[in-house]
Amino acid sequence: MSAEVQSIIVRYQSDKTRLIDMLWDIQQQFGYISDEAVVTLSELLNMSCPDVRETITFYHFFHDRPFGQHKIYLSNTVIARMNGYDEVRIALEKEAGCSFGCVDSSGLFGLADVNCIGLSDQEPAMMVDEVVFTKLTPAKVKNIIDQLKQGKTAEEVANPEGLESKAVEYVDALVDSNIRMKGEVFFKTNRDYQVILQDCLNVLPKEIIETVTISNIRGRGGAGFSTGLKWRLGRDAGADQKYIICNADEGEPGTFKDRVLLTRSPKDVLLGMIIAARAIGSKHGIIYLRAEYWYLKNYLQQQIQEFQDKGLLGHKILGYDFEFDIRIQMGAGAYVCGDETALIESCEGKRGTPRVKPPYPIQQGYLGKPTNVNNVETFAAVSRIMEQGADWFRAMGTDQSTGTRLISVSGDCEYPGIYEIEWGITLDQVLQMVDAKNSKAVQISGPSGECVSVEKDSLRTFCYSDLSCNGSLMIFDESRDLLDIVKNFMEFFVDESCGICVPCRAGNIDLLGKVEQVIAGRAYQQDLDDVVSWGKLVLNTSRCGLGATSPKPILTTFEKFPEIYQKKLVQAKGSLLPSFDINSALQAHEVAYKTLVEGEKK
Amino acid sequence: MSIKMTIDGKKVIAEDGQPLVDVATDNGTYIPTLCYVRGKPCLGTCRVYSVRVNGHVMASCTISVAEGMEVDVHEPEVTDMRKALVEFLFSEGNHNCPSCEKSGRCDLQATGYEVGMMVSRFPYHFTPRKVDHASKYIWLERDRCIFCQRCVDFIRDKNTGQKIFSIDQRGSKSSIEIDVKLADAMSAEQVREAAELCPVGCIIDKGQGYNEPIGKRQYEIKSIRERALERRKK
Repeated sequence: MSAEVQSIIVRYQSDKTRLIDMLWDIQQQFGYISDEAVVTLSELLNMSCPDVRETITFYHFFHDRPFGQHKIYLSNTVIARMNGYDEVRIALEKEAGCSFGCVDSSGLFGLADVNCIGLSDQEPAMMVDEVVFTKLTPAKVKNIIDQLKQGKTAEEVANPEGLESKAVEYVDALVDSNIRMKGEVFFKTNRDYQVILQDCLNVLPKEIIETVTISNIRGRGGAGFSTGLKWRLGRDAGADQKYIICNADEGEPGTFKDRVLLTRSPKDVLLGMIIAARAIGSKHGIIYLRAEYWYLKNYLQQQIQEFQDKGLLGHKILGYDFEFDIRIQMGAGAYVCGDETALIESCEGKRGTPRVKPPYPIQQGYLGKPTNVNNVETFAAVSRIMEQGADWFRAMGTDQSTGTRLISVSGDCEYPGIYEIEWGITLDQVLQMVDAKNSKAVQISGPSGECVSVEKDSLRTFCYSDLSCNGSLMIFDESRDLLDIVKNFMEFFVDESCGICVPCRAGNIDLLGKVEQVIAGRAYQQDLDDVVSWGKLVLNTSRCGLGATSPKPILTTFEKFPEIYQKKLVQAKGSLLPSFDINSALQAHEVAYKTLVEGEKK
Repeated sequence: MSIKMTIDGKKVIAEDGQPLVDVATDNGTYIPTLCYVRGKPCLGTCRVYSVRVNGHVMASCTISVAEGMEVDVHEPEVTDMRKALVEFLFSEGNHNCPSCEKSGRCDLQATGYEVGMMVSRFPYHFTPRKVDHASKYIWLERDRCIFCQRCVDFIRDKNTGQKIFSIDQRGSKSSIEIDVKLADAMSAEQVREAAELCPVGCIIDKGQGYNEPIGKRQYEIKSIRERALERRKK
């Protein structure tokens, strides 16, 4: 085995910044990353073994113990739970013959829960090895597991026609794109990429930045930073190397627009990256693709290849003195890597821990060099801005929120899927568009965003100064239990906290504890006051965007729907806190007594 | 270049670009820190140095001073936040000062006194954590680790530069790990450095536990605040 691990390491020139690629190769070849492999890695990469393990154990999809020949990850989002998750989960345990978190006796299946895998429009969904299965039912689960038991690979089951994985038909066989409404910017067909790029190369880089700046486009990942300004800072940063990174770590629960953009318009994204490289002066680009989207990898690689073949990537692009290449970096399961500095750490083969800022990536990013990180959608939009002009783009949307954006709609509505909306439209208009009935609450921007009340907020508009949606929009109707949803979101943050700073590492657990207390009917007014003050603490003192938003599911529902909390409250009786449960407090004594005293008698 | 700023309303002149926490200390305002070590790269993990800068809560070790900056250290809300963060560290780990070798020399304990903490407002997690005593010279008492990462970043193998200490898992499952082979190759001096750098009693120099009697240990003679402010005078 050691020789095979060695050859994997050599494949990446023994470069420890490629550790994540090596770990993937090892896991795909041997099923898991053994202690022996860790020793080989540590020896050849000049790292201590615990240092190698730092990376392995950080990521959800890496296993340092056997986890079954087929690794099955069932998406446990609130949307999945609204669509039959429980039945599917039971069916999986029954058919695979093991419970979640375990491997079956034959070592064939490992079952695990996973946070959103970017398929909220077709839940319940699961990943099996590197492919996905959607719209699951118990019968469908049985059929899949039966085929796997017969010795088929997950890919053969998902792709019975044997389509080539680099073709779009392959992706379509696995997932639906569900584009419900197209607008002016995205999903245009028959674009002449060569001509658009030619036009960009004919002008000075600073003129490209000028156009992007005038268009007033802001980052579509969520933070809404001015793309033109970021590019100018990148241009001005003096360095021998600069990098362009496309953030395709679409981890916010409920969002899946980047999956669809990368499926339907991958070349828009690639072109945007090339334009950014020209503008900033970069030779190397990286697409950081979340591991949940493995099934897109070969397809994207093919798109890159086609651009190379046509001279749009590589040396002397279209005959100009300009070179640029793009590689795909696979993630390995960590929501926090959506933070650009965590993403860069991950690209360097390390734990996805957000860096201390400043310096910002645009000053010192990947390998310490100026790095421009943009969202998938931002790159795609820029490619259209350069084609149609800044004024065309600015004519859409509002003054401060120009253009259109994609939203991924899921939950209680007739038509979940992708909608291109112009900034400035109201919540009410969106709900009509997607045909949502009896809506009660809408989660804007996923758990890290805001829960709004349809009754109170229907006239609020989508724009950066109001509902600055990052692409995720989940709709909940009157029948849904919002507290249960809040609990799920808090569990998500507890699970995804990287743990580097204490407010997020410990605070989210305590906040979740309070929600559970409310649900169990053991909270009184003081607990709600605590929730608000602790939430504010976590939000203000955490190191990165994860902790700075994680209390929001509680804080925003508490603001919009105080009654769901109030009606669960109890009155304190006497001097005992309602949260004090005498039976559970005495349970440890009971156990100790049974073991020590009664055990002795026997 | 000199810049003008205010700390708790007091006018201060400082050199542009210095970490705020250092400027504050140099001007007589103590800000507690549990990960930051003056002169070393900022780790940004403990957050107990949070202060208000131009109205926003910010980490005073990661931010550099700039012209016109208005800093509030003792404003009640942010003062309570610092206290709460120290309480988090106590409730998340298993800290039992009376039976700890580091008592009286522990930065966390001393900071607890400094922020006026009596008891944690947060529920204690009582997470079971295993002790690691496999290395020859170091006793790793995981119950007390606060994940400051000082040892991870600042204590490296002298020959290879490799990490001796590292963090396993993530989030609340995080665990401090030690490479026994590299730890056993540490000099007595480096072991002592690691034990002293550890702000709690997690890295214990084996055989040195109670070498100073209670009542004569460093923070019992002089508080962590006095020590921090004294250092700037030198």
